[in-house]
This record gives sequence, C-alpha cells and structure tokens, in this order.
Amino acid sequence: MFTLKSIAVCISTLTIASAALAQAPQFGQPIAPADIAAWDISIGPDGVGLPPGRGTAIEGEAIYVASCQACHGEKGTRPNDALAGALVGGMGTLAPDKIPMKTVGSFWPYATTLFDYVRRAMPFQESKSLTADELYAVSAYILNLNGIVGSNDVLDAQSLPKVRMPNRNGFIPFPRNPK
Amino acid sequence: MAAGNAVGGHRTLNKTDSPFVPVSHRALAVRTGTRNAYFDRNEGAPLMVRKTHPEPGYPTAGNGILSRRIFLEGALVVGATGAGLSCASAEPLAVQPWMKVPGPGFAGYGQPSLFESKVVKVFPPPPSPATQGVGASRTPLHLLEGMITPSGLHFERSHSGIPDIDPDQHRLVIHGLVKRPLVFTLEALSRYPMQSRIAFIECAGNSQALNAPQAQPLNVSAIHGLLGCSEWTGVRLSTLLDEAGVEPEARWVIAEGADAAAMSRSIPLAKAMDDALVCLYQNGERVRPSNGYPVRLLLPGFEGNMNVKWLRRLKLTAGPAMTKDETSKYTIVLKDEKAWQFVFPIEVKSFITRPSPGLALTGPGFYEISGLAWSGNGSIRQVEVSADGGRSWAPAALQGPILPKAPVRFRAAWQWNGGPAVLQSRATDDTGMVQPTRAQFAAERGLRGVYHYNAVASWRIDEMGEASNVYA
Repeated sequence: MFTLKSIAVCISTLTIASAALAQAPQFGQPIAPADIAAWDISIGPDGVGLPPGRGTAIEGEAIYVASCQACHGEKGTRPNDALAGALVGGMGTLAPDKIPMKTVGSFWPYATTLFDYVRRAMPFQESKSLTADELYAVSAYILNLNGIVGSNDVLDAQSLPKVRMPNRNGFIPFPRNPK
Repeated sequence: MAAGNAVGGHRTLNKTDSPFVPVSHRALAVRTGTRNAYFDRNEGAPLMVRKTHPEPGYPTAGNGILSRRIFLEGALVVGATGAGLSCASAEPLAVQPWMKVPGPGFAGYGQPSLFESKVVKVFPPPPSPATQGVGASRTPLHLLEGMITPSGLHFERSHSGIPDIDPDQHRLVIHGLVKRPLVFTLEALSRYPMQSRIAFIECAGNSQALNAPQAQPLNVSAIHGLLGCSEWTGVRLSTLLDEAGVEPEARWVIAEGADAAAMSRSIPLAKAMDDALVCLYQNGERVRPSNGYPVRLLLPGFEGNMNVKWLRRLKLTAGPAMTKDETSKYTIVLKDEKAWQFVFPIEVKSFITRPSPGLALTGPGFYEISGLAWSGNGSIRQVEVSADGGRSWAPAALQGPILPKAPVRFRAAWQWNGGPAVLQSRATDDTGMVQPTRAQFAAERGLRGVYHYNAVASWRIDEMGEASNVYA
C-alpha cells in the first residue's frame, strides 16, 4: 500500500538514479606510460619509438641466414614459402603494363616499417626474440641486398629514419574515403 | 565473350530443335523476345512495386528474368512458367527408421547435422606444418542463405595463427596522445553499456581472382569467400576514448592485436569516434578465437584488415604509423606507377550465390537467382540482375532488413529455357554509387591492384546447366 512517505522515497530514489546516470561509466584503470613501455612497439616513419642499438649489413647476414632464410630464401630473392614473399628485387616492375613485384626494395616507402614489422612479427616461429642490435643489423642486410644502404653503413635510431626508400613517393591518397 | 553471350540468349530462343527447350518454353521465349528491352529503373523502398510492372511470372528482362512480384505475391502461374519438376507420380511414402526409436539426447553445444558435413570453410594446406593458421579460410557462401554468417563458418584471415588467449590475462590499453592512459580488463569492458549492430566484414583481398587476365575455373568461396556478416555487440570505442581524454593534436589511432604478428593498422580518429565498436560478442556468443577472441575492433564498412582482432592496444598519434599492412600490402597499384594508400571503405558490390559453379541446374524451368549485395558507404538501394550478360536488367527483390554496412540478400525469379545464359548482378547504394562493370573498373585503376575488387561478376550457364566463372 502506497503512502505519501513511500512515494517520496520513490521520487528521491529516482532523483539519485538519474544523477548517477548523468556520469559516464569509467572502468578504465590509469596506467603510467613507463608501465606501457613493454607493449609500446609502434615505430613511426619519423623514427619515434626506435630503441637504442646499432647494426650493419655485414653483421646482419648471419642473423638472416639463421632466422629468415628458411622461408625468405637465399639473399631474399627466392622465397621457399609463397606467403613469405621475396624481400629483394622487383625494381622497375611498377611500370605500366608490368606485373608488380612488390618487395622491400621496389615498393616499401619507409625503412622504419621494416624494423617495426621484423620486431613485432619475425622470425615467424619466435617473434619478438631478436635484440635491438640484431634488428638493426638484419634490417641493414635486407636494405643492402636491395642496394639501398652500404654493407658497412651503421643503422640506428638516427640513421634508419633517414634511409631514402626508392618508392617513397609512390603513394597517393584514395580519392573516395569518407569525410 | 560479351558479344557472344549478349546475343546468345536470343539465338537460343530460335533454336526450336534444342532438346532442352520444351514446347511450353518456346511460347514463353517468344514473349521474352518481345519484352527483353524492358528495363526498370524504378526503385524506391525495397519490396515496393510500381503499377507498370508486368504480371507475376512474366519476363522483365532478357533470357527469362521474371518479375520480382513473384516474391511479393507468391503468384507463380505454373502453366505459364512450366515450373514443375516432373509430371510423374511420386513414390509411395514409407515410415523412416528414425520415427521408430528414440533419438539421442542433448549436447552442451549444438552441431550441424551430420548430413551437412560438406558445408565447411575451405583453405589451402599450409606450405609447411610450421605455418598453419597463416593466410585465409573462406566461407562457403554458395551453401548459405540469408544475411548472417554462422560464426563457425565466418572467414578467417590471420598472419601468424590464431592465439589462444586467456580472457583473464588479456588487457586493452589506450595511450599515446591522451590525457589519461588507461588499461581495461575484460571484466571492465563488460560493464559498459553495449551496442549491437549487424555488419559485414570483407577482406580487401576478396574477389582478387577476378583481376586475372583469364577467368579462372573457381567457385563462389574461392572467389568471394572472404566475406562474412555477424551481429556484433560491444562498447563504442568513442566511449573509451572519451574516458581517456583525446588530446587535440591526435588524428590517428594505431590498433594492434595480441597475436604473434602483433598485427597493426592506423585508423583515422574520425572513424574511431564515429561508429567503431570494441566487440565482445559475435552472433550472441563471445567472439570466436578465429575472429578475435576475446576483443576485436569493428570498423563498419572499412576493409577487413583494419578490424583488428585480439585487440590489445590503441595508441593515439598525430600521423599514421605506416605499418607493413598499410604500406606494402593493402595499397592498390594503379595503371601508372602510383598506388592508392589508405583505401578504407569497401565500395558497393554484389554477386550471385545461386546458381553458381558446383550447383548445377537440373533442367529447364523456374529458378531463384539469389545473392548478396553490400556497401561500406551505406545501405543498398537497388540490385539488378541480368541473364544475358548485362544486355538487359531487371530489379531484384531485396530481402529486409536493409541495414547500412550490412549485406542484403537479393532474389530474382528466372525461367531458364535450357540455353546458354550469363547471370550477373549489379548493386547501387544509397550514395548513388553503382557497381562498375569489369571494363569500367579496369579503366579507372587497371587490374594490378589486387585489393578492393568490386566489379560486376558473371556466371555462365551452359546447356547442361553447369555454371562457370566468366568475364562478360
């Protein structure tokens, strides 16, 4: 049986409820940037995110042979696995009426992408296992096979973003993206 | 090809000695011939019909396409269409054994009938045992109906296998250009108000076989099987980004998965704040591992690769990360040396699921042409079908509900006269964009682009009723 008092209680409960609804739920837990560091593996084309370390193509060859060659083939030109794809060659195949052979050398616009991808996804069976020095070295080796860096050129956080990729200007925006 | 088939239907009409064309069909064929120029541009709300439409069961386009009023009124006139399979009496009915003993009991999770064991995803054997789970499995869309893909048959594309993620250990972190970096447990995500929407996900590499110079002998799943549609349920990404507090200079969100490849893509902040959904559920149950368990990103209408599975990290940045997949893979090499980059929406597209290769017609008569149409830019407004390789078109019936960025099932009635035919569908979305012909598609961008192939597809029907992939 309703009384005025119980109605008043109902009204005040509703008031509290609507006040609570006005505040958006917040269930995220704050975390300090330092505590995200182990997960923050993104590298920008400007080099932001590159770790300390260094390597050369000469140093990278042994890493490539041990960790990459099984799928990508000797010197990156004859992949043993179709999905792995060639890493080297294909220069000039973007020309009209040719079948594009899209490799790191012929197509990739940024050298930072190579480091980023190898670090996050390679070697296939043990991703994220190479050290920063090994990553710089094996990146240098693949770039050297493509004739983009010298075999003794040192790649590090400063020099890698400055590597000029042959197809750097090969991309244009899609004209029909939503506004 | 096009010229031969465009006239093929009419030639067949005169081929009165064909064993595939019964007398009743020759009569119809004459009428078809007189009406094949009928072309209906009238489209308003689906399943609405203008008064000027021909009677049900009568042709509206060449080579036997009938009025869609059949689907509205059920008004098939058997005499006019000759739709019966046989005039002979059926066998006497017997009582089957399963009516005589009790069947088995319950199961914790239901499975399809044992008799449906051929309805499975298809995928090539891995190049080596070490690289299982790399590449794609394809949905057998020709064996399915409606608009929803069963979760166990939803196509998969993964770059380093399917991770086995413990939801209690999984975390989603939002950081970068935000005021408050935040980490979310599954339990926390489950507490937010949720939204459901039905949306397709299509791999940008779907239908890429149709870029080949010669038409390949492939079926629906081999060509178009990287498409699925689910009811997705989750938390609006904008809710989580608002909680973290987006800094004014942020323009992009780098989304990253928790698979061994840590697959990542850069997403425009505008899309993230618009209709992006952090999904926990797929078709009412938790997202399947192959589709991103326990959390996947849904970007309605955008190419599949951006709908990052096993979502673990969202980093807000001023510019895109230029990840491997947004530079070396999901870019479109054009006719010249340039390539389109950041091709986000799946543009308007359709194809016919039935008839199609492997689903042979059993003889002349009535058939439903059924298929799917979708657009990443909005809703499907119209689908037209042709049985004469695009020479004449008639509107198909659209099966509701018609939802933005979701596939629509279309249906058309077809009286197969037993002669050669080329079946096509052509979709228009509510932005007015019309699915291009293969020639129009190639004229704009060439056929070297691999990704985002959306031109009109063709099935040739031969005189044995077999369907095959052709360019017409």
